[in-house]
Amino acid sequence: MGTREQRLAAIRKSFPDEALVAEVPGGDLQTFRVDRKVLVDLARHLKDDPDLDFKLLLDVCGVDYPERAERFESVYHLSSLTHGHRIRLKVPMPADAPVVPSVYPVWRSADWFEREAFDLMGILFSGHPNLKRILCHPAFQGHALRKDYDPGQRWLLREGEQDEPVWARAVQEDEDHFETQVLNLGPSHPASHGTLRTVVRLDGEVITQAETEIGYLHRCFEKMAESHTWNQVIPYTDRLNYCSSMMNGVGYALAVEKLLGVEAPPRAQSIRIILSELSRVMDHIVDIGANLNDIGAMTPFLYMYEAREELYTVLEACCGSRLTMSYVRVGGVSHDVPADFGEGVRFILKRVPQLVADMERLITENRIFRQRTEGVGKLSSEDAIDWGWTGPCLRACGVPFDVRKSYPYMGYDQLDFKVPIAHGGDTFARYLVRVEEIKQSLRIVEQALEAMPPGPIIISDHNVALPAKEKVYTEMESLIWHFKLVMEGMKVPAGEVYGFTEAANGELGYYIVSDGSGKPYRIKVRPPCFAIFQAYPHMLKGHMIPDAVAILGSLNVIAGELDR
Amino acid sequence: MKREDATRQLLPTVVPGVREVGAAERQPDGSQIFLTTRWEKLLDAARKNSLWPFPFGTACCAIEFMSVVMSHYDLARFGAEVVRFSPRQSDLLIVAGTVTDKMAPVLVRIYEQMAEPKYVISMGACACTGGFYRAYHVVQGIDEFIPVDVYVPGCPPTPEALLRGVVRLQEMIGSGETQYQRNVAAQKAAASVGE
Repeated sequence: MGTREQRLAAIRKSFPDEALVAEVPGGDLQTFRVDRKVLVDLARHLKDDPDLDFKLLLDVCGVDYPERAERFESVYHLSSLTHGHRIRLKVPMPADAPVVPSVYPVWRSADWFEREAFDLMGILFSGHPNLKRILCHPAFQGHALRKDYDPGQRWLLREGEQDEPVWARAVQEDEDHFETQVLNLGPSHPASHGTLRTVVRLDGEVITQAETEIGYLHRCFEKMAESHTWNQVIPYTDRLNYCSSMMNGVGYALAVEKLLGVEAPPRAQSIRIILSELSRVMDHIVDIGANLNDIGAMTPFLYMYEAREELYTVLEACCGSRLTMSYVRVGGVSHDVPADFGEGVRFILKRVPQLVADMERLITENRIFRQRTEGVGKLSSEDAIDWGWTGPCLRACGVPFDVRKSYPYMGYDQLDFKVPIAHGGDTFARYLVRVEEIKQSLRIVEQALEAMPPGPIIISDHNVALPAKEKVYTEMESLIWHFKLVMEGMKVPAGEVYGFTEAANGELGYYIVSDGSGKPYRIKVRPPCFAIFQAYPHMLKGHMIPDAVAILGSLNVIAGELDR
Repeated sequence: MKREDATRQLLPTVVPGVREVGAAERQPDGSQIFLTTRWEKLLDAARKNSLWPFPFGTACCAIEFMSVVMSHYDLARFGAEVVRFSPRQSDLLIVAGTVTDKMAPVLVRIYEQMAEPKYVISMGACACTGGFYRAYHVVQGIDEFIPVDVYVPGCPPTPEALLRGVVRLQEMIGSGETQYQRNVAAQKAAASVGE
């Protein structure tokens, strides 16, 4: 892992001009302010220089600063899997010409991220092959995340105005090739869990072209976050990846805590780890079950759902809600766990492996399942990194990257667990990785439960956490703090941070900009399945429709997280 | 007492409010077993006990809907377990999750594709009112676009709440309170006025 100076020197080799590439001092990540003229050259250099080796483009987003002369800023987050370092690039641009060259030719993962920045912020990426709206519907006017856009302004979409790929509208060129046809899958389709739409062109039964349309569940999370206080954002984060809501909240709280410079007490961290890992188990259970269900095996889903109900029982005992927990607070968690928490978790540790074993006996060596999944949806590790994949899907391509190991947080480095990888890169490999991750997560839970320390569950910094209720009723100062926190929200120092955790689908990043007020200035979520799903239409070519269903299930695309 | 009145007292009445059409012949063992009702009542009794839901699952509520269908809560106990993903084959539209402006034409299309009679349950805060997404891309309640029979609150509703919603819908079908039945009754009334 190189130092900041070494990375700067490696960049200065090719870009000596301070006016074009300038280092911004401080910050959580090494940040460079880049002139848009040299952006693509710099991107290529960052990717190809072996000392830098930024093969993974994590995120592209736009930020709007109406007061500045250069109003818009395009922000890139890069990661190097070989060196383990990360940097941030910022490209400012004026309000009258928000144009920046596209980095899609360098990293294909920029594809959808740039389209999103265009859609929500109105930044034009010159050279992007398909720059059109991605989340909002085609009848939408304006750019929703600009500060001057009214959050309540809706635009109606009528039936005929829905988007269709250009190639699907065009008349078939070879009329005598009568077996060519265009087929629409979704957005309401039994195999598109949630609201995803794929338009495919078939030659006979083989898919020759595909395009995916998302945004059917764009619920404006990022705009909503800008009008709520820091802790009020937590219920919204729960509804990103609703199959494992706890982990979204944990990721958000960790990012805000990084910005505040505080750390949750050990007991809270321990609770967060246990519930996060249980959520990961829940998420993998649903994904495996739904994937199997789609390709015709209903029984394992029923077995796995029993496990899920057991997990719900424990989560409900902690916070009163089965699915969307809202249990995390910045600086800790909202309540202590109930007295019989350990008992409930130990029951899960005993029961869930039995159910998983049942499912494995039914499935792993099942000939039909193997034939349906082996070699289907294969992606090489280079392609996967190029598309920005992380998490179980990347590990199924043979890349041992897990944020919990590479950048340990919350004390994951104290726990003994393995990061499973598989080498197939296909649907079967993704299944194997998920099954093994369930087992590893249960190991983590077991250790964390044994080592769970007593003590407070939220920090006592009254700028961050509410004082205890009995103190509010008896002490003047606590009453004032309580009033200020409830009415104004906590004050987070101005600055920016990229907080990232390993969620069920991969790296969940929160790029947060604070202006020092009681509300976030900008929150950009880096949803793991957004990057994963953009490769999907390209993976379909040469497969058949039933394979498309199998692949989609194995990618575990959660619409709430995908569209936000 | 006339013979006819005596027979009337012996009639088994299954659905309240029935009007018998005549006395049945006695069976050889002397019993008289038959049922009289109105045709619509009989149909409604059949319909309400065999609802075929179409899960229009878009978001978090769809996960809870899965819980309701699975063995632990088991919607089958209420005769509504045959989940169909084709609107042509179903008569109960369960809108589970947030509906956005982009999704709204799809929802309307699916509702229109369903064969009559059809009923709608709006599951969860987002489908009922837009929930806490008071924003530029979210439909503020699906009743902007389609008629709704039962609103189930919650974010997401517990499985018990959705079961209660289904039972409530069954009661409504039994007593003719659903949007569809009221529309049909209103049309009939209008037609009879015209005659």
